[in-house]
Amino acid sequence: MTAKIVTITSGKGGVGKTTATANISVALAQLGQKVVCIDSDIGLRNLDVVLGLENRIVYDLVDVIEGRCRIRQAMIKDKRFEELYLIPAAQTRDKNAVSPSDMIELCNEIKDDFDWIIIDSPAGIERGFKNAIAAANEVLIITNPDVSAVRDADRIIGIIESEEKGPARLIINRLNSEMVKRGDMLDSEDVLELLAIKLIGIVPEDENVIKSTNIGKPVVTEERSIAGKAFQNIARRMMGDDIPLIDLENKDGILHRLSKIFNTGGE
Amino acid sequence: MSDWFSRFSGKTKSADEAKERLKLVLIHDRTDLTSTALEDMKDELLQVISNHVSIDPSKVKITIMHDGREQRLVADIPLKPFGKR
Repeated sequence: MTAKIVTITSGKGGVGKTTATANISVALAQLGQKVVCIDSDIGLRNLDVVLGLENRIVYDLVDVIEGRCRIRQAMIKDKRFEELYLIPAAQTRDKNAVSPSDMIELCNEIKDDFDWIIIDSPAGIERGFKNAIAAANEVLIITNPDVSAVRDADRIIGIIESEEKGPARLIINRLNSEMVKRGDMLDSEDVLELLAIKLIGIVPEDENVIKSTNIGKPVVTEERSIAGKAFQNIARRMMGDDIPLIDLENKDGILHRLSKIFNTGGE
Repeated sequence: MSDWFSRFSGKTKSADEAKERLKLVLIHDRTDLTSTALEDMKDELLQVISNHVSIDPSKVKITIMHDGREQRLVADIPLKPFGKR
């Protein structure tokens, strides 16, 4: 087994990198995959709280890199799933404590033991971002359908292209189909036309994301959530399954009906 | 133009405006070329071309097009017929 190393990044902060990392990792674990997710946002760690594992941290990424513990000691096992582990970021260090070659070395050391290494990137295009993408075989770029998030995503896509990481794929997060219908939000097709990259999934805006984050239980475990379903689909597409995109604007679409029934569409 | 029209008619969808604005911003971000710099370049190009052939500057179209993520400087410069010089 050799893990696929996937980094989730966005340029702009607050578009849903950590939420996506948590949910995609859990979705892959639910599909029987062995997954380790790494929070590379040194100084601003959050993947631990989103996953609900914040009370179990003993060692972190910087402890591993500086040799204070072995990698296995820094891996927190999420007991709710068969094979899901988290390597948390250090909270009290600055991002210069880690270098791109540290990340490559760390991933090399564990990649034979996992199917997936999913890396949560910090916002920005500085050192922390460079660390996050250093080891990646594939980069997923997450954006929201708004001008600043799309603009920043475009910058990131340009950088990824110049790093020869292979074609990045796009997650459009927090799409509000009602607003799209009114003409007050960029449609997924507009975003794809502007950014000109391949799509891997569209995640509708969904109140359940905040609710599930409140309790540290990723939304993908919530069967009724449309965002959860969208993250499951992304995970399956990452595994190579051919899952058709959900037509979010289709009034008769199953998800639209679900969102009406359960009032989870953020509408 | 269309921008002006839609403002005037009060029918702009804000998403359409977002898309148009983003198109321009992304061209400039990707090429590191501001709209002033683009205008200057056009003027210089026209200057050089009209040193050799006769053109009508008002009919010249020089724009940045994009094909996927590739940017392209496209110039459409109709030449004045020789006899009419």
